[in-house]
Amino acid sequence: MDWLALALSLRLAFWTMAALLVVGTPIAYWVAFSRWRLKFLVEAVVALPLVLPPTVLGFYILVAIGPRSPLGQAYQSLTGGLLPFSFEGLLFASIVYSLPFAVQPMAASFGAVDRRLLEASFCLGAWRWATFRRIILPLSLPGVVTGMVLSFAHTLGEFGVVLMVGGNLPGRTRTASIAIYDEVQALNYSGAFETSLVLLTVSFSVLLVTYAAQRKVWTAWPAN
Amino acid sequence: MAGELAVRIEKRYAGGALILADFALDLAAGDTTILFGPSGAGKTTVLRCLAGLETPDRGLIRFGEEIWFDGRAGICLTPQARRVGFLAQDYALFPHLSVRENVEYGLAGKSRAERQQAAARMLEFFEITKLAGRKPPEISGGEAQRVALARALAPSPRLLLLDEPLSALDVPTRSRVRTELHRHLRAIRIPSLLVTHDRTEAVSLGHNIVVMVEGDVRQAGPVEEVFRRPAGTLVAATVGVETVVRGEVAEEEDGVLAVRISGGVVHAVSAEDFGPGDAVLVCIRGEEVTLQEHTAGRESARNHFSGAVTAIEKDGAVERVSLDCGFPLVATITRRSREDMELKPGVTVTAAVKATAVHLIRL
Repeated sequence: MDWLALALSLRLAFWTMAALLVVGTPIAYWVAFSRWRLKFLVEAVVALPLVLPPTVLGFYILVAIGPRSPLGQAYQSLTGGLLPFSFEGLLFASIVYSLPFAVQPMAASFGAVDRRLLEASFCLGAWRWATFRRIILPLSLPGVVTGMVLSFAHTLGEFGVVLMVGGNLPGRTRTASIAIYDEVQALNYSGAFETSLVLLTVSFSVLLVTYAAQRKVWTAWPAN
Repeated sequence: MAGELAVRIEKRYAGGALILADFALDLAAGDTTILFGPSGAGKTTVLRCLAGLETPDRGLIRFGEEIWFDGRAGICLTPQARRVGFLAQDYALFPHLSVRENVEYGLAGKSRAERQQAAARMLEFFEITKLAGRKPPEISGGEAQRVALARALAPSPRLLLLDEPLSALDVPTRSRVRTELHRHLRAIRIPSLLVTHDRTEAVSLGHNIVVMVEGDVRQAGPVEEVFRRPAGTLVAATVGVETVVRGEVAEEEDGVLAVRISGGVVHAVSAEDFGPGDAVLVCIRGEEVTLQEHTAGRESARNHFSGAVTAIEKDGAVERVSLDCGFPLVATITRRSREDMELKPGVTVTAAVKATAVHLIRL
């Protein structure tokens, strides 16, 4: 049983979720309300991780955050460290990888808020930010929670991207799913079984609690 | 607070419908202007353009000295900057906020104490204090309208816009809420602009009326004037030629109500329950009025008014004859009848109207 890997997975999932709340919310808002004609381009880009093989995505991210890339260089000059094969690099990859899982439910629920309520808010003098905070957000809370839970659970189970970007460094980039793979490679089936069971239990519990707590989420789930 | 509202806008929809609105209104505090017309005439679009919720393709909207929209200069004030109250068709109350929070919503810029005070005043004025803690799904349609009015008026807007405010209600509730709304619109200190396709609402709630047909403003003026003298066949067909006068129920006998109006008494039969002292609008359609040279012996019509012809207007096959019977009365008759009776301005005739043809609207 690899507790270290499991703890790392949970930590990664938590920070990915937190980052996606910050990054994903404005993107979801934009996707829901922008009238730009070429909006579909952005929507397609956001949804890309859903269909791309994790290895392909991981490869591009690895190149994008490498020491020769602008992003990698900027990070190095700021922190002195390197992104590839580090927890931060992994976090970056996870954010990209789980972006659609956060953005799509949020955008769907933002867009589902009755337009007339927004208009009423505008006519009462509330600007966009106030309207978002006081009307849109409270009314689309189930969608936001769904987005967060999905990105948490999705990060917990990611494998391909982690392997490409983070490698297999115990305590830094060796997540639970990588540990399981290692155990199986080493023919340690009982170890793999234990870690898998914990991962299964954690993932299932998170989903169970969320869905049970707000049954409305069921209807939001298949949308988009 | 009042001012002139000048509107000259054009908006074309992707489907091809073109909305043209060109009118100017002198808005006095407490006055209600009706934007009247059949469904699809473009009334709601005009109202939304006034609120800033839709942008016209070109034109100008001016309120007092303030330009709200100027297509040429590229000016378009946001709804937030226009400071108008907007009452949507289904009231659009925020479902997750209590009645009190709904009413306080537009007062975000004020201090907590000011907010509570202003909201309390509104809740009291609209008699919804006891609903303050409830959520919108827990209140009735009539109550929802009062909450929506309180919410729209709490931030002291300069103009109140109402989009078919009674259409969300069932018919039995509608007449009661209409009376309430009438009282409230008179009591508030700002002018209001109300969209409706319902003649009763137009007549009972409005001082002035702007008639829109097929995306175009056809006539604007005082309600009684427009109903009595529609400009052209299209307006006449839309509003129906009608005499509208204010009156007061004097007494009831055998189900027939005697209504006192300036210059006489009108007898009417109504399905609604009226009692002595009730203020009403008396509506008589031009088609229901017959003209006679002098009163014949017995006749079934309960109402006979003697008056002089003041004007005769042609409108297709029929002619509208205006009489002065102590109050203005309009009869629509055929050209042949007019010729047979040799009617011309100055001639005195008797107008007969059946009590069942007199329509009463409670004020």
